[in-house]
Amino acid sequence: MPSLRMRSFLLALGFCLLGPEAAPAFCGFYVARADAKLFNDSSRVVLVRDGDRTVLTMANDFRGDPREFAMVIPVPTRIEREQIHVAEPALVDHLDAYTAPRLVEYFDGDPCLRPYPLAEQSLDAARKSAAPGEAGRRARSLGVTIEASYTVGEYDILILSAKRSRGLLRWLRENDYRIPDGAEPVVRSYLKQGMRFFVARVNLAEQERLGARFLRPLQVAYESPKFMLPIRLGTVNADGPQDLVLYALTRTGRVETTNYRTLKLPSDAELPLFVKGEFERFYRDMFAEQVRRESMRAVFLEYAWDMAWCDPCAADPLSPAELRELGVFWLEGGVAKGGRAPNVFVTRLHVRYDAEHFPEDLRFQETGDRTNFQGRYVLRHPWSGPMACAEGERYRRELAQRLERQATTLASLTGWDPTEIRARLGLDGEGSSDPEPWWRRLWTP
Amino acid sequence: MDARRRRAGWDPRLAQIATLGALLVYGSTALAFEIEPGQVAAVLATVLATQWMAQRWKGVPGFDPRSPLISGLSLCLLLRASAWPWAVATAVVAIASKFVLRVRGKHVFNPTNFGLVAMIGASDQVWVSPGQWGSLALFAFGVVCAGVLVVSRASRADLTVAFLACHAILLFGRALWLGDPWTIPLHQLQSGALLVFAFFMISDPKTTPNSRRGRLVYAALVAGLAGAIRFGLHEPNALLWALVACAPAVPLLDRLLPGPAYAWPGTPDPTPASKGDPHAFPTHAQLPAGTRVLPARP
Repeated sequence: MPSLRMRSFLLALGFCLLGPEAAPAFCGFYVARADAKLFNDSSRVVLVRDGDRTVLTMANDFRGDPREFAMVIPVPTRIEREQIHVAEPALVDHLDAYTAPRLVEYFDGDPCLRPYPLAEQSLDAARKSAAPGEAGRRARSLGVTIEASYTVGEYDILILSAKRSRGLLRWLRENDYRIPDGAEPVVRSYLKQGMRFFVARVNLAEQERLGARFLRPLQVAYESPKFMLPIRLGTVNADGPQDLVLYALTRTGRVETTNYRTLKLPSDAELPLFVKGEFERFYRDMFAEQVRRESMRAVFLEYAWDMAWCDPCAADPLSPAELRELGVFWLEGGVAKGGRAPNVFVTRLHVRYDAEHFPEDLRFQETGDRTNFQGRYVLRHPWSGPMACAEGERYRRELAQRLERQATTLASLTGWDPTEIRARLGLDGEGSSDPEPWWRRLWTP
Repeated sequence: MDARRRRAGWDPRLAQIATLGALLVYGSTALAFEIEPGQVAAVLATVLATQWMAQRWKGVPGFDPRSPLISGLSLCLLLRASAWPWAVATAVVAIASKFVLRVRGKHVFNPTNFGLVAMIGASDQVWVSPGQWGSLALFAFGVVCAGVLVVSRASRADLTVAFLACHAILLFGRALWLGDPWTIPLHQLQSGALLVFAFFMISDPKTTPNSRRGRLVYAALVAGLAGAIRFGLHEPNALLWALVACAPAVPLLDRLLPGPAYAWPGTPDPTPASKGDPHAFPTHAQLPAGTRVLPARP
């Protein structure tokens, strides 16, 4: 039997953007988004919470041999069969798309006309994630209790508690889970805090019967005052930092970390037009640059919005049926007329973490803040028609300054080489291109 | 002795106001606290107005803006609200508690602490963001230095030191028990919110036990309860809840372990008693014979 690869927890990375609140009526066109799958070694987790009731949906991007897949997650309570569910991957993908950082574009109007109308032209939208009987006796002899054993969808799931971490780890190893060295103290710490372990592996027969091509997200519902995500197991012997994107769905308002800083990613920046063809690279590099600036000690907010609408929409808001599937349990009878769900606030957090910079598990709180924020990046297409007026002259001059600004912004956000950016924009080596003598417009308004 | 006498007239509240103001500027610039200037202005105006009106109501002459300013600045640093009326309401509750909830001439609760806890308990529109300070060691060091100065002049350094020591022992003890690496308790200690609590809230000389032994007991009590609330109930604002819960024990500690009452140096007591009001502040002249008004220590 092959060794199972342990995908110990699971909070993966993503990108985050935060937008300014209450973006004024928006009239740009949505062009592209940067979804969480851009990031390697990333986990995506949907966390639905109101009061102590919590529903976790854990999506994984595992693409290898399903026999190699295993997941070990600390959970705060005992979990019954009915508390476990398997969701469709499209649900998490939809939520990811809805909350993703977005690129939008504007088209300048004819500067000779007043007021400047915004030409309306839409661009292409975005592109579119066993153990009964003997095993139980052996487990007991090691001080491990198999509290429950379920088959849910294509997964075999065990809920384990243990008196001693060594017994638990030995049991896991005997059952072909490849546990990294150094996991023992972390497992011991969780056990002492009264946590159980939720262990999942793929039931190949069920997977074949269901015809599931991908491993679908696992969902767990539980009630606990612990508003946290365990990340420590995932940092044991990790090969470099990992990314986690957390989508929190709550009733009152934005979610933030209480033991790490939560910062908004820069948003609403105006970028050079060439970013359109490489938005994903831009976003990846910008996130990396922001992580570097904060010395990898912050969690980034990428999106915070009332689920009933969006502006601009990187994807439609989730329907009440989708939200219920994700575990939003407070919707009963509360669906608004337009078929949208009221009282669901979504927060998208993106963190890049390792054991050195994030020694503790992530702890959260829900705030009363319903301020909207989105990661939004702006392209402005210049007017290219005829401009035979004084306004046109002014427009041309402003355009040159605008390019300068965009180059500076892009270099500062991403850490890209300013010289290269300026070359791509056709700007001169140093200062602004074609600087106008200060006296030229002194007496000619 | 001369130095001590000279400094007796020096009011530590001025240093507190300067420190808190500097922290507010630092937080809203370098730490991106997102504190709106309008909300800061509204909270500061509200604390001053509430203090003035409460003094009128209680018949207390004079008006000293220093204490309410400290409460207001602390609120600005810690309080987050979905809309500014919530911040204003919290400011009113904070200052009003000082005049309403009194035992033996002392107000029971630190005004900022009470205002925050009461409003967090009553509404989901008010919260504290304990994680927003980050854990920059340098920043922590700066706050400690400034705070030590302020506390030592307010002669309540013993309480702050004792509380921090108890808190650290608890965190390290828990890590030892769990087998966690030291980086975890160290991370938990490097918190701006903890330092603001220790240096500017729990050490409020008006709401702490009068005797040193009483203060040491009190520090252990608050730290222990905060640990239980944090790790047992998983409440992120455990320190605030623990301080509110322990504050009513101060009159008891004063009775069991009596000591000289505290008065701000160099100033007449801002709220002398109105006749017949059993809950009013005593003036210096009204303090029991033998009561020593402590000068600020050098």
